[in-house]
Amino acid sequence: MVKLAEWRGKEIFRKYGVPLPTGRVARSPSEAEQWVRDGTVPLPCVIKAQVLAGGRGKGGAVRFAQTPEEVRTAAAAILALDFKGEKVREILLEGKLAIAKELYVAIALDRSGRTPILLTSPQGGVEIESVDDAAIVRQPVHPFPGLTGYEKRRAAQSLGLSGAAARSLSTLLDALWKAFNAEDAELIEVNPLALVGESLVALDAKVIIEDDATFRHPEYSEILDDRTPLEEIAREKGIAFVQLDGNIGVIANGAGLTMATLDVLMEFGGRPGIFLDLGGTDDAAKVTEAFLLMAQAKPRAVFLNIFGGVTRCDTVANGLVQAMAEIPAAQRFPLVARIRGNNEVEGIEILRRAGIVALSSLKESAQSVVAAAQRDAPAGGPA
Amino acid sequence: MSVLVTTETRVVVQGITGHQGTGNTRQMKLFGTQVVAGVTPGKAGTEVEGVPVFDSVQAAVDRTAANASCIFVPAPFAKDALLEAVDAGIRLVVIVTEHIPFHDMLVMYHYAKERGARIVGPNCPGVAAPGKAKVGIIPNVVLHPGRIGVVSRSGTLTYEVVNGIRERGLGQSTCIGLGGDPVVGTSFVDALPWFEDDPDTDLLVLVGEIGGTAEEDAAEYLRHHFTKPVVAYIAGRAAPAGKRMGHAGAIISRGKGTAQSKQAALEAAGARVGRFPFEIPDLVVEVLKERGRR
Repeated sequence: MVKLAEWRGKEIFRKYGVPLPTGRVARSPSEAEQWVRDGTVPLPCVIKAQVLAGGRGKGGAVRFAQTPEEVRTAAAAILALDFKGEKVREILLEGKLAIAKELYVAIALDRSGRTPILLTSPQGGVEIESVDDAAIVRQPVHPFPGLTGYEKRRAAQSLGLSGAAARSLSTLLDALWKAFNAEDAELIEVNPLALVGESLVALDAKVIIEDDATFRHPEYSEILDDRTPLEEIAREKGIAFVQLDGNIGVIANGAGLTMATLDVLMEFGGRPGIFLDLGGTDDAAKVTEAFLLMAQAKPRAVFLNIFGGVTRCDTVANGLVQAMAEIPAAQRFPLVARIRGNNEVEGIEILRRAGIVALSSLKESAQSVVAAAQRDAPAGGPA
Repeated sequence: MSVLVTTETRVVVQGITGHQGTGNTRQMKLFGTQVVAGVTPGKAGTEVEGVPVFDSVQAAVDRTAANASCIFVPAPFAKDALLEAVDAGIRLVVIVTEHIPFHDMLVMYHYAKERGARIVGPNCPGVAAPGKAKVGIIPNVVLHPGRIGVVSRSGTLTYEVVNGIRERGLGQSTCIGLGGDPVVGTSFVDALPWFEDDPDTDLLVLVGEIGGTAEEDAAEYLRHHFTKPVVAYIAGRAAPAGKRMGHAGAIISRGKGTAQSKQAALEAAGARVGRFPFEIPDLVVEVLKERGRR
């Protein structure tokens, strides 16, 4: 999931012909001031923090300015913000428009119906979650004909648009539909979509690109999102890695088993915080990499929970034994291993020879790793 | 009887010359499956695990009367592989490949549907009916013939649960791993009627995950149309919102798709919901006993 900041989303909108306010990105107060002094951005203007978290308006991350001096002050204030844990690196300046109406339009995926879905609501400018269900019109769009004329007319009707404004919507929806498909988006949301005179303008842009499509969109794989540095390294190595609050590391294979392991550990009073999903690998070196990565996250104890399918137990055991030899003494951690499934007997034997005992019950393994994490926590020290 | 696969199932493996294709062809054969053909463009005339390789699915079907496909080809080529299988007349396609863009899957799903073909997957372990056939990668060691149906969105967690059932001396009629991707060819709601109609299934085990509303949809179906007992487990009760746990699409967003809402929906529909994977075999035994007394 690659979430794009507003200005990147708007670059995509521009590419497909979605009407936008006149605007420009700045990275310093002086640059911001320059864009209004040289007329690139008209005054009065709005200045918006380019962060991924929502609620910018209420959080002081959106300000208005009438003069170049005000622009400079507002820009400095926003660039100094740490917005919900996100450092503000960029701001977007846009000319203020005379808005007659704020609407909502989005294209998302309907998992149950297995179609894209067009969402429209006349109540734009507020979080869509807070809008009453009855005020949102949902139209599944079949992928083969794509977005049809009658669906666009129904959308216009739902938004209270007619005449030139309805034609403006039709053009805009075609552009969004094209962008949704061609850019492999999970979500394209315009909120608010502003009615200015008889035309529509996208005031905001929320675009999420699907991870799995990066093979045909290398441009998105370069974009940083909210990953931690270790999560970034893991991504490069093709290991799913999630870091949360907690002190127990979990190495499992498959999302379902990873989550079930988390459920069990929490139940026994553990605080699992580092998750590493090997997925379907049959490469001992990748298992070693995973353990080395885990060691860097400094867990109090680690639970290896593998059910061998594509990933065979002996492969995992070999990777683990290799990792244990490579992990520096200062990074060592208590380990509980549970390996079941394909080549289970071979895997357990490899571990036994390296002095690692493999347990077979999920319940006992979980209790044992929780106990290890608690035993090794220094009394009164940071958890 | 069984679900989706029978002793008449004749499998063509697309991507048979790759590491996964070759290894799993061997395992499917060991399971007793009729693997009749493999397809890898440019490798026609060779053999893998004693199975003849063809250049195209059409050639494989013409020569071997294959009627089911198992796809292992890499994600960028999976859409083409599916379209080729469907156009060659294959009516059951199991897609093991992971990381297929959902935009591709949208096209694949509707294309197959309109031609009367069934997709299981992608990113799934496939289908196995012990004693009959297996199309996919469920480890042979966990499977055992019996009368429990299993349907799951997970991979390894399915093996865990199925293995637990086997360790209690029970076996499976058919086990289907649907895959955890955002768009899947077969959902719980698609699979439930097959188990309801299958005379060899006495009880259904349903393994779900957080994210989406597939389990809630399933509960709605169970309530109105399903007469057999159901034992369920939902993984991810303790998972944090907004974080993707693992490779698949299991994610809670906007307060929807939580484990709590899924458990409640299934319980309201009469299912017995276990809190941990290791409780499932116990619940299965318990429910069977209760039914036996009646």
